[in-house]
Amino acid sequence: MNTARFKRLAMGAALVGGMLLGAAMAQAEPMKVGFVYVGPVGDHGWSYQHDQGRQAIEKALGDKVQTTFVESVPEGADAERVITKLAKSGHKLIFTTSFGYMNPTIKVAKRFPKVKFEHATGYKRSKNVSTYVARFYEGRYIAGVIAGRMTKSNIIGYVASFPIPEVVRGINATLLGARSVNPNVTIKVVWVSSWYDPGKEGDAAKALIDQGADIITQHTDSPAPLQVAANRGVKGFGQASDMIKFAPKAQLTAIVDDWRNYYISRTKAVMDGTWKSSATWDGIKQGMVGMAPYTNMPAEVAKQARETEERISSGKFHPFTGPIKDQSGKVVVKSGEVLDDGKLAVMNWYVEGVEGKLPK
Amino acid sequence: MFLRLEPRPQTSVLQVYLSPVLAIGLTLITGLIIFAALGKEPMTALYTYFVLPISDLEGWTELGVKATPLVLIGIGLSLGFRANVWNIGAEGQLTIGALAGGGIAIFNHQSESALLLPAMILAGILGGMAWAAIPAWLKTRFNANEILTSLMLSYVAVLLLSYLVHGPWRDPEGFNFPESRMFPDAGAMPILLDESRLHLGALFALLAVAGAWVVLSKAMIGFQLKVVGAAPAAARHVGFSQNRLVWFSLLAAGGLAGLAGVSEVAGPIGQLTPTISPGYGFTAIIVAFLGRLHPVGVLMAGLVMALTYLGGETAQIEIGLPKAVTGIFQGVLLFYLLACDVLTHYRIRLARSYAKSFEKTPAAGEPAAERSAAE
Repeated sequence: MNTARFKRLAMGAALVGGMLLGAAMAQAEPMKVGFVYVGPVGDHGWSYQHDQGRQAIEKALGDKVQTTFVESVPEGADAERVITKLAKSGHKLIFTTSFGYMNPTIKVAKRFPKVKFEHATGYKRSKNVSTYVARFYEGRYIAGVIAGRMTKSNIIGYVASFPIPEVVRGINATLLGARSVNPNVTIKVVWVSSWYDPGKEGDAAKALIDQGADIITQHTDSPAPLQVAANRGVKGFGQASDMIKFAPKAQLTAIVDDWRNYYISRTKAVMDGTWKSSATWDGIKQGMVGMAPYTNMPAEVAKQARETEERISSGKFHPFTGPIKDQSGKVVVKSGEVLDDGKLAVMNWYVEGVEGKLPK
Repeated sequence: MFLRLEPRPQTSVLQVYLSPVLAIGLTLITGLIIFAALGKEPMTALYTYFVLPISDLEGWTELGVKATPLVLIGIGLSLGFRANVWNIGAEGQLTIGALAGGGIAIFNHQSESALLLPAMILAGILGGMAWAAIPAWLKTRFNANEILTSLMLSYVAVLLLSYLVHGPWRDPEGFNFPESRMFPDAGAMPILLDESRLHLGALFALLAVAGAWVVLSKAMIGFQLKVVGAAPAAARHVGFSQNRLVWFSLLAAGGLAGLAGVSEVAGPIGQLTPTISPGYGFTAIIVAFLGRLHPVGVLMAGLVMALTYLGGETAQIEIGLPKAVTGIFQGVLLFYLLACDVLTHYRIRLARSYAKSFEKTPAAGEPAAERSAAE
């Protein structure tokens, strides 16, 4: 390294140092809120929606907050370092938005007891770690109703990520919704073992269509399956965000993860000191799950979808209301009973009508 | 007028060693241009990227944590690459090493024995070796291309891991989420520095560097590796066993990759999860070449590569640079390295006609021979 370059580097260092000092001295500094994303912020699915929530915080609270995000953080040894860095660099509230961040979040939270942590989709909590997740299965049930009405082949293709309870719940809710209007429907599932892999997701959708599926639904984050559906002239659903611009003629609706209100309220809670560790599991009623406009379907199907949404939202109906049979035909939930949250949280069985065996 | 590459009659040793330095310099300059184009103050951005991450002790320990698997695997790969044994499947060998070592921890999760960790480490090394033995056997028995077999086995290994953590090895108290239980304390890598994550694996990486240096400079097998790579015909003439070298290269690389895998799961991760490595087995290929296949070079290259990851995170947090910049840096670095290499070994000449531009084009493999001979 020559001296001129070293000098410039040193100047750069001094500059940064000065800026940091200046920021520290400024009065009423904004509260820093950090986000860790598992995918790229431009995935137009899971991470994209979390980022919408981050932007909503900035919009709502203006210069009282400053937000930071780190994208595509692998769920392994790297997560702990990224979370630590956010905590060390003055972030008072940190959202870690993927299941694989659970143990790293708990570990870092122990080291930084004054920082509040919010972990999405996990089950471990502590004094300064909350968990939150949405009742996506409510939206899936509505999608199932639409799919049951729209399918001609009676086969729904399902592009799935990993056989964890949340995904299994979604598959089952879709089937229950579909069978509520069309008892002949079956679901074929393809596991792609990834949350975000447009190539694999698209291939899975193609394989499902080749096997006769005329409705494609997905529990992976990219718009690829929906785009394949559009190209092959079948219908599909958007995932996590409204994907209508990727398939204006094929998207029936989309199950939208809407984290905005939750993120704003949790940020405010840290600001006024009322934040408490909690476990949140909100649905359509609280606005954490939203439905994109019902498009590309006859008016009466859209009407039925809206009615279903209204019944779920008002609490009149729960998607997992019995009778529900498992694949062996055994009645798991008796007529009129509702599967409780404890059992929903650990769901690892398929309802009757889903084809294939659940990978275990 | 056409451009023609003409081999240099003599390659300077100095140039061979300077070319990675030059490549890093050019990468930094390109970085400045990219930062400026992204609307960031270039010097500040460069500082945030390459200095800030290691501006305190914790930063250095984290650099060690990140570089450990890269160096371990890179060292193993560099041995084989010298003898033209192309093991592309270190990712799979790492995964099986993690599985073998992790499996012992899971089945002895109540153990407090001091022997647990040594058993896990041994199992990790053996696991990686076993996985690498498959392409070695296929190569020596059927002459199957080890590039393909080792690469394909990587996918098999990752799917096997996925199967185990989704099913039989799933944490029974984990609400059906795909993770094993946490390893017991006796199955955790000792921390080298209090309050940090720097673990015993980093020491193994340094030992591997020293060991590889001894093998290459002092041992007969190291000499054979170099000769086979530099002059296969000569090696055959004196009767060096090609098969023996294939076995040695793959087993050494597999063992080190397996060690890297068990170090990750018993170190910073502490359990088996569906994703153990964000592609260390593949990144280590770049590390091996960036380090000129030389043990000390691999160590340096591993640290540089680790710094680009750390820098990418810091730059996202501090100045909001996109993650893609990390990938661009790594790509640009490799591009310049290859470009500098070409210019070290070749001169650019202008040819009068298109046909002439093909004259005297050396056969593939020749540049590698020259490079090794020059070292």
